[in-house]
Amino acid sequence: MAAILYAADPPEARRRVSLDALDAIHHRPSGQTHLVCEPIPQILEALAAGPADAAGIVARLAIAHEFDPADAATIIAARLAELEAIGLLWRV
Amino acid sequence: MRHAFAVRIGPVGFRIGSAWAGPVEHLRTLYAGYPTPDDGVADFTVRLEAERPWRRWIRPSVAIRGDFTLPDAAPLPLAQGLLAAEMGMNLQMALGQRRYLILHASAVERDGRALLMTGHSGAGKSTLAALLGERGWRFMGDEFALLDPATGQLHAFPRMISLKNEAIATMAADVDSRRFGPLLKGTPKGDIRHLRPNDAALAAMDRPARPALILFPRFGFESAERPMAPSEVFVRLTQASTNYVALGEPGFAALTGLVKSVPSIAIDYPDTARAVAQVERLWATLAS
Amino acid sequence: MKALVDAMRDPGSIATLDADGWTGLIAAARAEQMIGSLAFRLEGQALPIAVARMCEEARASSAEWRRTALWEAEMAHRALCPLGIPVVLMKGTAYVAAGLDAGVGRSIGDLDVMIPRAALGNAEGALIAAGWEWVKPDPYDDAYYRDHMHELPPLIHRERDRMIDVHHTILPLTARQTPDAAAMIAQSVTLGDGLRVFCPEDMILHSVAHLFADGDLAGGLRNLWDQDRLLRQFGAVDGFGERLAARAALHGLSRHLARALRQTHALYGTPVHAGPLHLSDRLYLRRLTARDRWGRETRPFTRLLFYIRSHWLRMPPLMLMRHLWTKWRKGGIRLPGTDGGEAR
Repeated sequence: MAAILYAADPPEARRRVSLDALDAIHHRPSGQTHLVCEPIPQILEALAAGPADAAGIVARLAIAHEFDPADAATIIAARLAELEAIGLLWRV
Repeated sequence: MRHAFAVRIGPVGFRIGSAWAGPVEHLRTLYAGYPTPDDGVADFTVRLEAERPWRRWIRPSVAIRGDFTLPDAAPLPLAQGLLAAEMGMNLQMALGQRRYLILHASAVERDGRALLMTGHSGAGKSTLAALLGERGWRFMGDEFALLDPATGQLHAFPRMISLKNEAIATMAADVDSRRFGPLLKGTPKGDIRHLRPNDAALAAMDRPARPALILFPRFGFESAERPMAPSEVFVRLTQASTNYVALGEPGFAALTGLVKSVPSIAIDYPDTARAVAQVERLWATLAS
Repeated sequence: MKALVDAMRDPGSIATLDADGWTGLIAAARAEQMIGSLAFRLEGQALPIAVARMCEEARASSAEWRRTALWEAEMAHRALCPLGIPVVLMKGTAYVAAGLDAGVGRSIGDLDVMIPRAALGNAEGALIAAGWEWVKPDPYDDAYYRDHMHELPPLIHRERDRMIDVHHTILPLTARQTPDAAAMIAQSVTLGDGLRVFCPEDMILHSVAHLFADGDLAGGLRNLWDQDRLLRQFGAVDGFGERLAARAALHGLSRHLARALRQTHALYGTPVHAGPLHLSDRLYLRRLTARDRWGRETRPFTRLLFYIRSHWLRMPPLMLMRHLWTKWRKGGIRLPGTDGGEAR
């Protein structure tokens, strides 16, 4: 199966306020508010460099963050599908 | 319309038209001394109409309409016309207010700083605010608190206090009977009696206050207190706001700003006397 | 409601309003869903502070309506684009997406889109997969839509709580006029991001058909305001009037267009070649302005007349009887204009 490539709006399309363990994100194109935890803000930031699939995002995240890459791709892929459903990401 | 009344409550002007004299007479008495809308132009129009033309006389029932109308709002009997006017005004605020972020909360002020109380219906926020308003605090509102996204200040909305069931007797012990409206029995929310805010609340109506503490009271439990995380408060307040979504980004900025800068505490209380003591103690801790 | 029409036509006319006049104007503009358009129209006028504040709020509100409408269009686009079919935005969403004057301050409710009739089934499946759900499971209403109407039964998104109406033509299949839907889609223009809008002539004709051949004229002041803005903006190009007339003839809407031109000219002074007003135009104008300074609907008999008329236009008489009968038995019908009140 070919990997799904995702794209996101540029960072300036979102206003992010860190509340505690959760961040509030105001998504300007939709006017919707999302409460999110890690690694959602990091995924969105990683996509600022252009569209990527789950493996590509894991590679980008690995540069700045420490995590176990073994099952990271599965976790990231699940988050990507959720973000697509709420319109923060789309397939290209 | 046959009968009309205009009033300003805090920063919001209303015009209420009625097919009957009764509701407007009650409004005139209860709202005596309130200002009129700025420039004479009301922000919102409320209409108390007969559901059908003949229903003005036969089994008169009051349909609540206005600039903003709920298509399936049930009419009220004419004897509850005052409640219909109040519901009509609330409806305009809930659906039409765009200058302020509306928080479904009561509010009182001391030393220029505001205490917000919010929670589910029956949590006692209305009674607590009314009681504190007679005991050294300035009453700002029992239903809606208006947060200005431009300044972060809280504006008062001191409408008639809507006392329900047991709260009527609680307040009657503290307050001059001339400040009460007629007893409305058997409304959809039980017995209701309106209480006019005191003169101090009216005199300071146009003075905003900086939010300093948010409480989530819960009536009928042993006294307890629990600090709340900003994200939990944020979610609760988006649910307690009728226009958070409609305001867009300014609403987001105002609400995230509020929950990050103001402490929030959930408090349980067994009776109003102990609740007042709890509030005073928390407020004092805050100041020290 | 004369003050509203006057203010839209000539913003300077507000100079004569007193406080009650202002309150009445605002109530009427809200009732006609024109408060946003009015607020933009009054920009730059000297206003009482209370009114200036309300106008500022109305402009901010319409920015949010616009955002929400464009987002719904984008969501529908993402759901439908894998099908490779043209998706044409209609009404308010089309005006704001295309950046037209008619979209300035406009209130926008549901998302209306048109797609080729052959693609309806696939589109329905794609939308349901993307989170839209049927609004009502009533079998009579459902069969009625599929057999006689010009759209799928309305769908609502389960998360965003917003409706989409998917049309395959612009009038009910039972209506007496049969605009050429295939030509409308064929001539539609792309907005560059995959979404489309009708060509200028069809955009106007859709609004005209919707108002005069379909609806009961509810919200007519706003529809005619849309038409005024579209006619002014598109009419600036040489030969537009002729192309519009030719296109109306193709869709069988010539009489309706002529009426629209007379009405926009009479109400808003639209610079078009409109003939003299017909007697029936005066009845239309009475219906369009049937609202008092409390925002109440007035002239119940005129309104009732137009309600019956709007069903007559959509359906042959026998079918109309059957429809009203079924609706009545289900207790679902309530005629407008019967909610009381006299003009004061």
